Amino acid sequence: MSAQTARLGVVILCHTALRRAAQLARFWLQADCPVVLHVDRSVSEADLQALKSDLGAHPLLRFSPRHRCDWGSWRLVLASQEASALLLKDFPSVGHVLLSSGSCLPLRPAAALLAHLDAHPETDFIESVSITHADWITGGLSEERFTLYFPFNWRRQRWLFDRCVDLQRKLELRRRIPAPLRPHMGSQWWCLTRATLDAILTDPNRTRYERYFRQNWIPDESYFQTLARLHAREIESRSLTLVKFDRHGRPNLFYDDHLQLLRRSDCFLARKIWPEAERLYSFFLSDQAKGLDPVTPEPAKIDRYFELAEKQRVEGRAGLYMQSRFPHADSATTKSAAPYSVFTGFEHVFQNFDYWLGQVTGARVHGHLFAPDAVHFHGGARVWHGAISNSAAIRDYNPRMFLTNLLWATRPERQCFLHGPGDVMDGTLSWFMATDTNAQISVIRGAWLLGLQDAPGSDAEKIARAGLLHRQEQDWVENLNSRHTLARVRIWSLAEFMQDPSARLSEIVREIAGEAALAAHGVPPLRAADGFEPFLARLRNQGLPAQVLKECQF
Amino acid sequence: MGVLRQLRLRAERQAKLLRCLRKSASLRTIQNRTDLIRPRDALVFTTLRNELVRLPYFLDYYRAQGVRQFLIVDNGSTDGSAEYLAQQRDVSLWTTSASYKAAGYGVDWLNHLLWLYGAGHWVLVVDVDEFFVYPFCDTRPLQALTDWLESQGRRSFGAMLLDMYPKGPVTAQPYVSGQNPFEIARWFDAGNYTIRRNPEYHNLWIQGGVRQRVVMAHDPGKAPALNKIPLVLWTRKYAFKSSTHMILPRGLNRVYDQGGGELASGVLLHAKFLDTIVAKAQEELQRGQHYARSREYRAYEDTLARNQDLWCEWSTEYINWRQLEILGLMSKGDWA
Repeated sequence: MSAQTARLGVVILCHTALRRAAQLARFWLQADCPVVLHVDRSVSEADLQALKSDLGAHPLLRFSPRHRCDWGSWRLVLASQEASALLLKDFPSVGHVLLSSGSCLPLRPAAALLAHLDAHPETDFIESVSITHADWITGGLSEERFTLYFPFNWRRQRWLFDRCVDLQRKLELRRRIPAPLRPHMGSQWWCLTRATLDAILTDPNRTRYERYFRQNWIPDESYFQTLARLHAREIESRSLTLVKFDRHGRPNLFYDDHLQLLRRSDCFLARKIWPEAERLYSFFLSDQAKGLDPVTPEPAKIDRYFELAEKQRVEGRAGLYMQSRFPHADSATTKSAAPYSVFTGFEHVFQNFDYWLGQVTGARVHGHLFAPDAVHFHGGARVWHGAISNSAAIRDYNPRMFLTNLLWATRPERQCFLHGPGDVMDGTLSWFMATDTNAQISVIRGAWLLGLQDAPGSDAEKIARAGLLHRQEQDWVENLNSRHTLARVRIWSLAEFMQDPSARLSEIVREIAGEAALAAHGVPPLRAADGFEPFLARLRNQGLPAQVLKECQF
Repeated sequence: MGVLRQLRLRAERQAKLLRCLRKSASLRTIQNRTDLIRPRDALVFTTLRNELVRLPYFLDYYRAQGVRQFLIVDNGSTDGSAEYLAQQRDVSLWTTSASYKAAGYGVDWLNHLLWLYGAGHWVLVVDVDEFFVYPFCDTRPLQALTDWLESQGRRSFGAMLLDMYPKGPVTAQPYVSGQNPFEIARWFDAGNYTIRRNPEYHNLWIQGGVRQRVVMAHDPGKAPALNKIPLVLWTRKYAFKSSTHMILPRGLNRVYDQGGGELASGVLLHAKFLDTIVAKAQEELQRGQHYARSREYRAYEDTLARNQDLWCEWSTEYINWRQLEILGLMSKGDWA
């Protein structure tokens, strides 16, 4: 036995992974800190005996009376009260009591915590937040924890619990908070001074307060937190124990690979540790840390780590469709991974349009991705990022996912492509693009007639083809004109566009690449439209409806 | 959902369980070590035929993840697979010479073994060429994942099949027993998968990858399903419907989020495209015991006979699970 008893006493509440609790007890005992173990009543007698024989008799070790402590139950408070009282009674030299659990792990040597407490002998370390600032809570009631009755167990009798809360809200039932208490909440893991604990445990009104708190929901997060406000001289409202909650208010587990992260914590303990995290236990319960360079605490890094995970679960990665993220068509998330531009008819109006566009915007400009014969990737590639094939059959099997896959695999590079009435116009795909906020779609109606003029074939063939192209274009424009459209859409008739082609084109390109690029490259030359008027006249005279042609004359 | 539909789904599930009981009559016990199974052990269930060369690495891979016992149905191997397995201390072995096809491609046998031994355990149902990769699998054992899933109230975990292939002809680099197959088949297609939701059973139907890009390019709709739900906290009410693509009751098929968020998921690395596939394809074509008149094996033979390279300039070389996560093939969800 050591000559001296340390000023810190430790309460450990445990119910599973008893070998870990034994390891923790040994850690504190080695530093001459008295330890009181509370072993949950649900633990079998055999397991308890195994734990006792594992630890052996130690003058600084005690076991407190056992209770069955369900999550959030009053018995957790009771067990903490009794264990603390035992510590204070049996070890008069104890100045601070630390409440911890079997899945808490010290992050720094015991000496560091002892020194910290020596430097602050009067301070109570307990997170204690007034319920008027209820941000503390994730997933659950806040003020109502103190003003409603909770006769039912939240975990086992959820339905009754919820109905009971609803009913009380409806009847506007409210319990009175006993004077002079001001409700506070906070982490249930604290470190209190002997003076404060004594005052709480020997308060003449203790029975009255307890009668009230027994009815509270999760009193282990409010009993000591409220009473400390009544009795403490100096409160540091921050737990010494790091706990990261998920959005349901459940603590995240720490594993072996969190070692470096935990080293950056500014707390003295952390929970919950996964019981099989061998590396964490052997590192933090030994003096291995001595061999390593010290790290500067960066608690924000830990916060960030868990916030990111939470964000991935709730929001996910925009534009990703995969086995465990498959948003509804009407879900509010962004539909695609990155902004992209779709051009209808421009290649017929300007010379070398795609080449020029690539030069001026620095974006990736493809040909007709949805051409009937094959996918016309940039440079005629047979396969693209993500191993996306240029096979038309594969693309047409699911055109919408062909596009979302391409945008995901190439993000953040902006993709541009040509898309016109001569392409495979899948209704689902058109609708998808029209309702996608990332899409910038620019259409010159009737420009396909310019293309048709240059195409080989007899006039009769061209008339037949013109009917098809006209219908396809109508469908496309109809989708884009829907009141549900979210894409940035610009539609001109060929005649409108030709009134000032360079101004119209500049407007689009400015949106993609800004003014400077445009100034450097200028606007591409127009294709010669010789013979277009006579061509249209010929088509009209051979039976093409006038409405098809009327927007094209310029 | 209508009550009628619910009743119909339930009837279907019960009929399936009965069928499995009937089909299991042909199973003969070779080695039953199930008495060694402890209450919380993770178990692997497999059916196989003539896979001796793959077995050593397969068993070691899952042992390293913390799997305590393998429950295996041997469908009449002639290459010594059964003898090898019977010697392993953590393998329980059954054998049958009945038709693989008539047993729902082996699903009926496994469903029955799951019914007998799987209840209350996290079970991993995989083929010998499927290697389970999950978030943090390089630092956390399988039990860390199953503990966490259970704490989240989840009972099933999705892991899509990712076809791996070598660069150059598959026959160029022979596979040696005990070798990590992904030293050879190191490449995969990262982003050409298409997904549809099955309105009846609520599972996602995933197709794509190299098998669609090369082998089934002429008929992409017939490319094999890649969605899998291999990891389940089993009860006697459950039954796999077709392979591990679908499971009943159908709520277990919802291993995805529809509101934009990501659920945690893994990947089954598929070591199918090794030199061993040539002999396998010929054998399976003769037996005709595979799905849709072994359409797939016919296509393999065709593709491989032409010595066609599965590799392309946009193939991705495998590094680890984090790479698969960044590519969006799997997710750690909120498991931090």
